[in-house]
Amino acid sequence: MENMINLTIDGVQVSVPAGSTVLEAARKANIHIPTLCYLKDVNQIGACRVCVVDVGARALQAACVYPVSEGMVVKTNTPAVRRARKTVVELLLSIHDRKCLSCSRNNNCELQDLCRDLGIDDDNHFAGEMNHYDVDDASPCVVRDNNKCVLCRRCVAACHQQQNVGVIGAVRRGFTTAIESPWKLPLANTGCVGCGQCIVACPVGALKEKDSIKAVDKLLEGPKHVVVQTAPAVRAALGEEFGIPMGTSVTGKMAAALRRLGFDKVFDTDFGADLTILEEGTELVQRLTKGGTLPMITSCSPGWVKYCETYNSDFIPNLSSCKSPHEMLGAVIKTYYAEKFDIDPKDIAVVSVMPCTAKKFEAKRPELSNYGMQDVDEVLTTRELAKMIRQAGIDFATLPEEDFDSVLGESTGAGVIFGATGGVMEAALRFAYEVVTGKTLEKVEFHEVRGLKGVKEAVIDLGETKLNVAVAHGTANAQKLLDSVRSGEKKYEFIEVMCCPGGCVTGGGQPIVKSEIRMGVNVSAERAKALYGEDEGKARRKSQDNEELKVLYKEYLGEVGGHKAHHLLHTTYVARDKYENVK
Amino acid sequence: MPDNKEKFEQLKQVIEELKDQPGALMPVMQRAQNIFGCVSMDVQKAIAEGLGVTLSEVYGVATFYSQFKLKPAGKYVISVCLGTACYVKGSQKVLDRLSEELRIPVGDTTEDGMFTLQATRCLGACGLAPVMTVNDEVYGRLVPDDIPGIIAKYRE
Repeated sequence: MENMINLTIDGVQVSVPAGSTVLEAARKANIHIPTLCYLKDVNQIGACRVCVVDVGARALQAACVYPVSEGMVVKTNTPAVRRARKTVVELLLSIHDRKCLSCSRNNNCELQDLCRDLGIDDDNHFAGEMNHYDVDDASPCVVRDNNKCVLCRRCVAACHQQQNVGVIGAVRRGFTTAIESPWKLPLANTGCVGCGQCIVACPVGALKEKDSIKAVDKLLEGPKHVVVQTAPAVRAALGEEFGIPMGTSVTGKMAAALRRLGFDKVFDTDFGADLTILEEGTELVQRLTKGGTLPMITSCSPGWVKYCETYNSDFIPNLSSCKSPHEMLGAVIKTYYAEKFDIDPKDIAVVSVMPCTAKKFEAKRPELSNYGMQDVDEVLTTRELAKMIRQAGIDFATLPEEDFDSVLGESTGAGVIFGATGGVMEAALRFAYEVVTGKTLEKVEFHEVRGLKGVKEAVIDLGETKLNVAVAHGTANAQKLLDSVRSGEKKYEFIEVMCCPGGCVTGGGQPIVKSEIRMGVNVSAERAKALYGEDEGKARRKSQDNEELKVLYKEYLGEVGGHKAHHLLHTTYVARDKYENVK
Repeated sequence: MPDNKEKFEQLKQVIEELKDQPGALMPVMQRAQNIFGCVSMDVQKAIAEGLGVTLSEVYGVATFYSQFKLKPAGKYVISVCLGTACYVKGSQKVLDRLSEELRIPVGDTTEDGMFTLQATRCLGACGLAPVMTVNDEVYGRLVPDDIPGIIAKYRE
């Protein structure tokens, strides 16, 4: 029986478990306390003082960190509390670059919300000296604009605690405090893995993805044959940008919108995911039977790959040599598809819509090219696609459901679930089981690798073979897993790692969910539901059953894991210095 | 770095000695500054690696406390008194002129490693206000126009 604490908030009796904060108790009583630096499970440090309340103490206290106690009387709405909150926000605004109209977060900004809710006026009582910072846009993934930073440190917490990367932090003190990389290095010259978790943690417009909309618009205007593909996780979240409830899959509308934007062909990265499973599953079976490096670790997540290359380069031989699904599909588009439809591959441009900012870096990797052409030319995030749809005046919610284009548009349930943590593992198991046992897999669900536990472990029965597997999401969790493997404490044959907590559904390129909503809803779980639902509804749920994929191998690639497949679909990795370019 | 090899060896020992105590970062940084005279990028990297913390944590601490120096001090350390008497007698203007002539902000060191410019509290020589020192030499009753001549003397 949990120890419950009784308290009164604004005259309302509340009972909450011991150890709860005043903010959590107020939430339970449906009393709204405004916050700014608070982000559930990420940043709870009481730094910004926007959430101050009267707990009967000498001074007002930050509700996000103040623990409840028996008989406590809390007032969240006294004139003193309101004045204090307003002053805090006015002080923040006095050094804030107030260009709301042209800000990436216009209409989706927690600071704007506060100004509206607290009745901030035009007086600017604290007007005075301002800081001026150069915008850091050298990274192919993340753009930082400190002129809009409110020093809440949510990005710092995401980078350090969730991702164990820690390339940004608070520097100096007082008025000149800023969030920066050591020695003011551009992010591009640090060990940043490009995951974009800082972006989805930011309450304001201080962080955003590097823009690719202009480049894609140019492609669409130009003479090239522009092919687009969409990652599994995009369909699970795109609808949120248009008021469709979280957890709704919008696959059909998305395909329709892409056609209306002018893309010549709309393909599905899920096809690439099925292709990945065949190649990667075969690689796993080969490593198991022919004595390759084990555990084999998945390589679909470019943030994870860069993390491995930078912080754990001794594990590079463990990474699967498979390219990630959209890179595989890009390679196939510029060879098989080009040949089949008699288009010069030089006249084809491939655009990937991804839930990810690290994919922007990945697409530029020199290893991911064939015949002097990058496999993928441009990468848009889910947010950028939503912007393009709005700019085009497309009424997304009323669009009809359309299908992907044929030859590279079919996908199975296994491809769909790639977007959730554990999904690649499950998809690979659906394939490996049948290869190893020679039997048909009847029950395709592997529930032991689903869910949001930081590190999941399971022993999978593949007939006589017992496969020890593990799944980690968020690179901080991945680090713990790798450490346990390195020390010899744990032994696995197959590991899935996704860079972002929750997997791609909560990737750094996905729609941004405000702190207040994240307090009540588990975003990763909701979006994953959309994918698992789509998987269940599919007639074919194993990658090896994808008919168009069979045709691809038969007509073009030859054997799975064979010479041609290897040349087109596999890649190599490089060890990177943590302090690259740091002198 | 080769000429510093011994110093880095010393730092390694310091890290070994302190790394298991809670809050080791600050004392290690202080000892490092004693060894090297500053906590440069290389020193901070070595501390981060040795303690298993991120470079951005080390850099954050290094920039938070003004007592940590990021660059080695110059051959000549110029300290301008900003105590009450000196300030009233115009030491700020002297300091500004130094900053202008040396082309560095207060607290910084010139590119050639010759001069470090800093402001200090009362030096106890109020009768000579405004006062500054260059290493151990004291200069009193200064006006800004004295500055170019004094700097030139040390440049020779």
